[in-house]
Formats: sequence, structure tokens, C-alpha cells
Amino acid sequence: MSELACERVSGLRLTTPQTRNPANTQTRKHANTFTRKPFTMKLRLFFGLGIIIILSVAAIFAPFLTRYDPDKISIDDALLGPSGAHLLGTDQLGRDLFSRMMYGARISLLVALISVAIATSVGLFFGSLAGFFGSVIDSLIMRFVDIMLCFPAFFLILAVVAILEPSIVNIMVIIGLTSWMGVARLVRAEILSLKEREFILAAKAFGVSNIRIIWRHLIPNALSAVIVNATLGVAGAILLESSLSFLGLGVQPPTPSWGNILAESKETLGVAWWLSLFPGLAILLTVVGFNLLGEALRERA
Amino acid sequence: MLGYLLKRLAGMIPLFIGIITISFMVIHLAPGKPTTLQEAMNPKVSLEARERLTKLYGLDKPLSIQYFNWCKKLAAFDFGVSFIDSRPVVAKIAERLPLTVAINIASLVLILFFGILIGLWSARAAGSLEDHCITVLLFIGFAMPGFWLGLLLMNVFGLQLRWLPISGISSLDFEYYTFWEKGIDLARHLMLPLFVSCVGGLAGISRYMRQAILEILKQPFIRAAKAKGLSFDAVLKKHALPNALLPVVTIVGLSIPGLIGGSVILESIFALPGVGRLFYEAVMARDYPMIMAELVLGAVLTLLGNLFADIAYAYVDPRIRYKK
Repeated sequence: MSELACERVSGLRLTTPQTRNPANTQTRKHANTFTRKPFTMKLRLFFGLGIIIILSVAAIFAPFLTRYDPDKISIDDALLGPSGAHLLGTDQLGRDLFSRMMYGARISLLVALISVAIATSVGLFFGSLAGFFGSVIDSLIMRFVDIMLCFPAFFLILAVVAILEPSIVNIMVIIGLTSWMGVARLVRAEILSLKEREFILAAKAFGVSNIRIIWRHLIPNALSAVIVNATLGVAGAILLESSLSFLGLGVQPPTPSWGNILAESKETLGVAWWLSLFPGLAILLTVVGFNLLGEALRERA
Repeated sequence: MLGYLLKRLAGMIPLFIGIITISFMVIHLAPGKPTTLQEAMNPKVSLEARERLTKLYGLDKPLSIQYFNWCKKLAAFDFGVSFIDSRPVVAKIAERLPLTVAINIASLVLILFFGILIGLWSARAAGSLEDHCITVLLFIGFAMPGFWLGLLLMNVFGLQLRWLPISGISSLDFEYYTFWEKGIDLARHLMLPLFVSCVGGLAGISRYMRQAILEILKQPFIRAAKAKGLSFDAVLKKHALPNALLPVVTIVGLSIPGLIGGSVILESIFALPGVGRLFYEAVMARDYPMIMAELVLGAVLTLLGNLFADIAYAYVDPRIRYKK
């Protein structure tokens, strides 16, 4: 349907009859103006939200949706392929992969959401300070952001993990504190463009305090951009957490997380394809879901 | 151009000072000291070893003096010795750096080449089924966890089909190979890692490229070129592409920290002897001198990458060069 619409919109053909390879003119439709159709945007919103809702239901109701205890070891059932009894098969200790993935969804989502919440709060704080007060505060904060951005995020995270113990709380805090820089830049830019507007001048003229102006007038107006950023950030945080757990420096076994299930699957790579396939698919789908939602929201904003 | 270059170099100095300061703070201001952790991790650490550690960091001195010493040692390129095998950190890094840099440069080149190509292709066919398929594939590639892709490819091409080796950089009898056999052996070992390291960046650049070209195609000068009677391909090649390439240079610069950070995962999965794997080993063993050195190295590589991106940008866009 979207294609038909597209053809109709691009009535003006760019290819002239004198093209070097005339075969192309027959088959290719060159669009001179191509804007994303609302339809594709709705499709993205639909799929993105769909994936996220299914995932959240799975994570929240994990105990009711699974037949097996995710940590129950039963050597007799080790490395069974997907079947009616074990939907996605079992691992080398006979634990049910489906149950482990459902409980893993809880951990992965929790870590991602909280670390993004931390990053967003820190970014909002520094970004609004820099944007609102300008001058010295601004250049200090922004230089700090520049410096933090020089470190490959993964290096910084690993270095801090090496000092602190890798626990779920630590992982959330570390990911949060190493990924706020983008939010800060974004909020600063938003506030710089907002603060010269009339309603802010009016608020100032009324004698509203600076903090109240930032909190009640500036931040709410910058929020839509921040929410888009946070949605995309969740996708990034899920990737980070699973990479860390995969390296054995994130969520520690036996607590299941998609990353550490994949790490354990390395030992049975040639034998049990299901152990390496499904958790990765879950990560991929989740990241795709949050990216879709984020881009759909950006289009709306 | 020279003036621009000098200005960029001068701008890097405060960043560099910041980098070494933060690297210092990460290790020293974190709760607990390297020595106590070393002890907690391994109760067998002797008193003598702990003293050596304390002395190495001058942990008995005030923080400001410690910081000053850290800078002084840095100036002399002295990062201390590794806890693992007592070899100088700098020497250990130097022997592993070429591989990581080579892999990263190779993937940057591949990403740029194929990213621009795919972006052009999908912009050219905008709105067609072809374009939709590419868009979906790119979206998936963009979200792909590299380590998982690595695992799958290792399983399929290494374990099931047995076409490619799954780990290391060379075969066991590498030394006895002729020159050409050596080249082929290296290529076979690097094929999967390079593919995995390219996927994410490739998807990013292609998506960006497609969007940029479609934006540019709306500009009046494109209409003028069209009105002149140029074919669509000529418009695309001569008018749209150069303009879309400018920001791509910046995007490439921005993707450098991701590539360097990603080398930790990549080199760990494929067991490649690069600095990424060295860093991973250091983190696992809490080899503090190595961690600090790698942290500085990672940031400096990023800084250099950004500098090259800036130079490239100034080279392709004269407006940047001549701006005051």
C-alpha cells in the first residue's frame, strides 16, 4: 500500500529518456521527493510497541508463564532440544531455557531501564545547568562532557567494573554514569533555544526563581526530545548489559540474563544450537523494538 | 590548512589533560584501594607484594602528589609493570597494538566503502520493494549484538560447515607456509572478525547515507541540474553524493570510540591477540597498571581518530579550512 502511495507522489521522473542504460528507466522508480509515509511510521510504532508490550508481560508475569524453576538443575534432562516439554530446550545443567529467558528478560529490562533513568537524570541535571547558566558553568560542564566522550564507553565501563564487584546494582550505576553525555548535550541545546523565548522572559519578569524556571518551564518543554533519546538509550543499554554479561563482567550466574546464558552456550556451541540462538534473538528483537519505538516517537516529536 | 591543523592540535591539549585526570580518578577515587582489592581477591598476596603495590602507586602520599607523579611517569611513557607477568605495560601493549589498529582501520575502510554504496543504492531505489528490504535489513544490522553474530557465524562457518577457523590469528604451522599461504591463512582467520566488526557501523552509515541523499535531492540545485538535462545517475554522482559525503566523515569520526570499545568483545570471542583482549585479561586479573594504560590508550586512539576525521573534513570541505 505504501508503495502505491509512493509511486503516486513521485510523479515527476528524474530519469530522462537519454539515460545510459535505458533498462533502468523501466524498472526503477526514482523518487525526487521521498518523505517517510505516516503509514510506515505507524507500522514502526505498532511493531515497536508490540515487541515491548509482549516483552514486559513476559518479564512481569514470568512466574505464571513458566512451568519450570529457572534455577532447577536436573542432569537427566541436560541438553534436550526444543520440544513440547521444554519449549526452547534445556542447557547443560538441564535447566529449562524458556524459563531462564523469561526470568532473564526481567533482569535485562530492569538493568536497562534503571541505567537509562540514571543517565537521563544526570544528563538532565548537567545539561540544564549548562544551558541555563551559560558562561563558565557551561564551558566547564561541556568540556567535561567532551573529555568523557573521548573514552570508548566500553573501556570506561570495564575499568570501573574491574574495581567494583560486578553486581546488578553496580552494573546499572556504571552504565548510567557512563552514558549521560548525549542527554546532557541534547538538553543543553534544547534549553539554549528555549530560554530566549517570550514565556521564559515573562516568567523571569514575574520574578520566578531560576530553579523553578528550569524545573517547571524549561525541562517540560525539552522532555519530548529527552524521551526519544531515552527510548533509544534503552536499546543501547540492553546491548551494553548483555555484552558485559557475555564477557562474564555483568550479571553473574546463576542469576539468568540473556548475556550470560549466551556466555554459557559457548561451551556447547557445536552441540546445542538452541542455547546460542534464542537468547540472542531475544536481545535482537528487544533492541529492534526499542529502536522502532524511539524512531516513531522522534517522528512525532 | 596548516593553521587549521595547529588549532586542532592545540584544542586537543586540554582534552588530553582531562583524559589522564579521569583515568587517574577512576582508579584512585573509587571506593577501596587497588591494594586492598588485590588482597581481597587473592588472600595469598604477600605483605611484600602489597608494599610493592603501595610503593608503585605511592598510595601513602597525598592525592595531589600521587597525581603529580602519575603525570610525571606518563610524560616519560612509563606505565609501570603488569601484575600478571611483571613485564613493562608499554612493551606488552606495543606488541599487540598493530593488530587492533589494523583491524579497526580495515573495518573503517570497509564500512565507508560498502556503507556509501548501500546508502546510494537504496536512495536510488527509494520507495521500491528493494529499498524496503534494504531498510529492514539495515535496521536489524543496526540492532545486532556483535558478540551474538560472532557466535552464530562461528557455529555455522566454523563448527558446522568447517569452512573457516574460529579463533586466533594464524594456524599452528603458520611458520612453514609460503608468503601467499600466509596471506590466505591470515585472511581466513580475519574474515569473520572483520565481518562482525563491520555490521553495526555499516548499517549506521548506510541508513545515514540514504537519508542524507534523499534530503539533498529535494534541494533547488538538484532541480537545476535536472533541468540542465543531466541523467539521474549523473545528478546522483556529481551533485548529491559529494554533498552527502561531508557529514559522513563526521559520523565516521563519531563511530571510532565504538569500534575501539568493540574490539574488546571482538578479540575476546575470536581469541585475537590485540589490545582489546589484553584489556579484557587485565580486567579479569585486576591488573591495575595495565587497566590505566589501556584506558589512556583507548582515549588517545579516539582523540587521534577524531583528529583524522577533522582533517579529512577540512580536506573535503574548504569552508572549514578557511573559516577563522
